[in-house]
Parts: sequence; structure tokens; C-alpha cells
Amino acid sequence: MDSMISTVSGTVVAVATMPRARVFGAYLQEARSECLRYLRTPSFMLPTLLFPSVFYLMFGIFLAHANGPDAPRYLLASYVTFGVMAPGLFGFGVSLALERDNGLLALKRALPMPPGAYLLAKMLMATLVAAAIALILLGMAVFVAHVDLSADQMLALVATAVLGVLPFCAMGLWLGTLIKGQGAPGLINLTYLPMAFLSGLWFPLPLLPKWLQQIAPVWPSYHLDRLAMAAVGMNKGALLPHALTLVGFTAVFLLLATRRLRRCG
Amino acid sequence: MPHPDDPIARLDGVVKRYGRLTALDGAELQLRRGELLALLGPNGAGKTTAIGLLLGLIRADAGTVELFGQDPQRIQARRRIGVMLQNAALPPTLRVGELLRLTASYYPAPRALAETAALAGIGELLQRPYAKLSGGQQRRVQFALALCGRPELLFLDEPTVGLDIEARQRLWLAIRQLIAEGCAVLLTTHYLEEAEALADRVCVMAHGRVIHAGSVDALRARVAIRRIRCRSALALEAVRGWPEVSEARLENQQLHISTAAAEAVVRRLLDADSGLSELEVQRAGLAEAFTELTRDADAASPTDQREAA
Repeated sequence: MDSMISTVSGTVVAVATMPRARVFGAYLQEARSECLRYLRTPSFMLPTLLFPSVFYLMFGIFLAHANGPDAPRYLLASYVTFGVMAPGLFGFGVSLALERDNGLLALKRALPMPPGAYLLAKMLMATLVAAAIALILLGMAVFVAHVDLSADQMLALVATAVLGVLPFCAMGLWLGTLIKGQGAPGLINLTYLPMAFLSGLWFPLPLLPKWLQQIAPVWPSYHLDRLAMAAVGMNKGALLPHALTLVGFTAVFLLLATRRLRRCG
Repeated sequence: MPHPDDPIARLDGVVKRYGRLTALDGAELQLRRGELLALLGPNGAGKTTAIGLLLGLIRADAGTVELFGQDPQRIQARRRIGVMLQNAALPPTLRVGELLRLTASYYPAPRALAETAALAGIGELLQRPYAKLSGGQQRRVQFALALCGRPELLFLDEPTVGLDIEARQRLWLAIRQLIAEGCAVLLTTHYLEEAEALADRVCVMAHGRVIHAGSVDALRARVAIRRIRCRSALALEAVRGWPEVSEARLENQQLHISTAAAEAVVRRLLDADSGLSELEVQRAGLAEAFTELTRDADAASPTDQREAA
């Protein structure tokens, strides 16, 4: 065994500098590990993928024909929005709250992990899960409910899902800095479910009381829903205000989160 | 130009407060290339805070914190260290080999996977998910992660907690091997025999200050107390009354005496009891020295700040 150990003094020169390719490799390894971790965690993957699919299948397809021919199309947008919120809120919020509590974040910060690798890896994971949700629901809409969608519309919906997860990543990140440990899933559900309801993802907004309709633009999910509606051809209004609002939400939550992380670790 | 004798880790007059609690109150610490320094102290003495500062996890309120002459929050400094923290829950679903590859990817010139595994004795665990390992195996994996980057300085925070004696000695052997390669180690431990077995120098902390820094022998020598054991017919009460005796008790029919004047007490014992047998005289161990030092510090400190760290 001794012969395998090379001495510290033998490698003294190269120590402090790291070639760019190796730094890039560290980002890749981090992303790979994060994805593997969650793929192997059924308690995260199953609810995240199953809830929107089962809800869509029940309320959007089997029970929706009574509500007219456009119901499956309308609810496709709603349930994609609903589904996309989860990987952002839970993937960031719950995991950050747990990892701040169980020492993993401290270890990663002590190790020479490239700055940003941790967040980028989680973001990539959330994006992939969001894309998977959009594809599953699209598949059901096209093959089960026979919703007539053009290739452009499908592409637009997947793109909306993939980019739309980002404000919820930022929001989850901020929530994860506020709470620590095992209480996180409960608290994040308390944010997630009411927000979905109040944005009209479960019941169309016109069915809700007037004052709830008026405060709907407060929630980022309302704006993402508007964009998803537009992608499937159900919203002909202006899109830029909604997109800019989401960018604003993302920036504000990111700012709040980094401030808290810097102060409290 | 850096000099080989420059300290590779340094705390100088460091103050760290948490609200009204002062966790570190002018702490001084220096670690040189290739040495093993054991950081000792009761809970709340400031050890965790000192380590947190040197790892760049927290910032000092005052004073200088340096790692290889740099701010520890700079990644260039931390690329030269390995870290094993006391309570870090690694991702349970990742396999040991995956954890090693991930951690090694952070470093410029890491060891080969097989070399790391051999050093830490985890060769047969590489395919296993981390959550399926026993507590002792998990500690070995954490040790492997600490050394995989070929560090010049290793932070080991209570590395052998929860290990059985055999596993502990195997880990000590691996640590000695790393030191022989030229790696320096900053060790915190509750086990004084661990410090005694491994350390070149010990640093005792209490109330946020370093109250002693020196070799293990120097620490022992700071405590003049020696222990005498013997079988004797003398009454315990009589021996207790002797002015040189600071403490006396009976244990398993043996008389145990603590004293600063061992020669005088032994002479008097032999004079008083001609049938005395099994006489032993020992210098106090590190444990006694440690207890005595921290008790003095407790007495000297006006406020109790044990909660701080």
C-alpha cells in the first residue's frame, strides 16, 4: 500500500491553481450527484410527478367533458403550472432547510466546492423534473384526451415549464433560508397548496369570489398560468407583463435568499 | 514570499460574538506544516467556533483568521484542506464511490479513487449506498472524503466518536500515515488518549481563550500532582490528615493518594506502615492535567459562557 501513496511535497506546485476544465468537471459532478440523489428518492419523485398527472387525469380528462370541449386544454395549462411549482419549491426549499440543519451545507461550504455549483445543480434538477412533468401531461392531453396541439404549442408549453420553474426555485430557496429541518415540508405545503388554489389552478378563477380574483396577480403561479394558457392557445392577451413579473419575483426572492444566507449561513 | 516555517493556519486575537455571548475572546492559535495539533476543551470552550472560522464558515468580529496566509473564505486556500466534520449527514442515496468522485472533483490534484479507498480502508464499500453503512463505516467514508483531495492540512472534528477500539486504532494508523506524508492535522477530540497518542502539540481552550499551548509532556508537567497507590493497613482518615496529601480515597482495598510532594508522602507511608505493599507512583495523566487547567480557568472566569459555542 505504501508504494501507492505519493507525497504531498511532490505535488506542491500545482496546488492552489485549478485548470478551468477541472472546475467545469466539478460543476458537472455536482449536477450529476444531485440528479442521481433525487432520482433515487421516491418520496420526492413520486408525489412530484404523480400529483399533477393524477389530478389532470381525473379532473382534466375523465371528469372534464361535462365542462365543454376546451376543458382538457384549459386544465393542461393549469396542471402543468401546478406541477412545475413543486420541484422548485420542494427541491430547493425542503432540501436547503434540511441540509442547513443536518450539516451537509456546512461541509460543502468548508470544502472547495466551486461557488454556485450547489445552486446550479439543484436548479438543473428542478428544470429536468419540470420538463418531465410537462411531457407527461402533454402525453396524456394528446393521446388520452385527444387535445389538438401544434408542435409549436407543445414546444412553447415545455419551454414555459422549464423556465417557469425558476421563480419557484428562488422562492423555495428563500423559504429554505427561513426554516430549518423537519418542519420544512409542512410549511412549504402551506405555501404551495393555497397559492395554487388562489391562482385558479384547481378551479378557474371566475368561479372564485371577486376579491380573491382581484388579489390573484400577487401570486407568481397566476402569472405562470397565464403564460402556460397562452402556450396552449387559451390566452390571447399580452404576455410581456407576466414574463417580466416572473423575472421580478425571481430577482426579489434571490436577493432575499442570498442576503439571509450570507448573514445566517 | 511564503516561508516554509510560516504557520499554515492562524488565529490572532480573534473575537467572535453571538448576540451577547462571546464564543471566542482573543483566541490565538498557530499550526505549522506537518504537525498534528489537538484542540482540547470542555463543551462551549470555543473549539467549534475556532474551526468554523478557519474553514471560512463564519466571520470573526475582530482579529485575524488565516489559512495558508489567505482568507479562508477564498476557495484557493480551501483547495489545500480536507475536512471531516462531526455532524454532516451525507446524501443517503448516493453510493460511496459516487461521493468520493464528487468530493475529489473539487480538488486540483486529487488521489486516485483506489488510493483513497485503500488509505481509509473502504475498498469493499465503494458500491454501497451511504445510508446502508454502519456508523463506523460512515465515519470511515467521511475520513476518505477528507483525504481524497491530497490536502496539506486536514481538519478532523471528533473523528473517532462512535467507533469501537479496533476501528479507532485503525483510524489513528491512517492519520499517522498521512502525517508521515507531510500532511498537517488539526484535531478536535473529547478523548484525551487520542490527543496523547497522536498529537505533537495540544492546545487547551476554555471560555473562548487558549489557556495552554505546548507539547503533551509540557501540559502534563504543568500539573505537579502525582498519584500514589498502595495496599496499606493505615487508616484512611489518618492519611487524609497529612498536610502534603491533597486527596486520599480507598478503591478495591487500595489506598489512592494525590499529592504534589510524592517523595515526602512515600517516605512517611513507609515509616508508618512496614507491611505496605504494591507501591506505585505516577505522574498525572493528560486527563488530570486537563481537568485541573480548565478548573483553574473556570475559577478565573467571572461569567460562565459555556452556552456560547
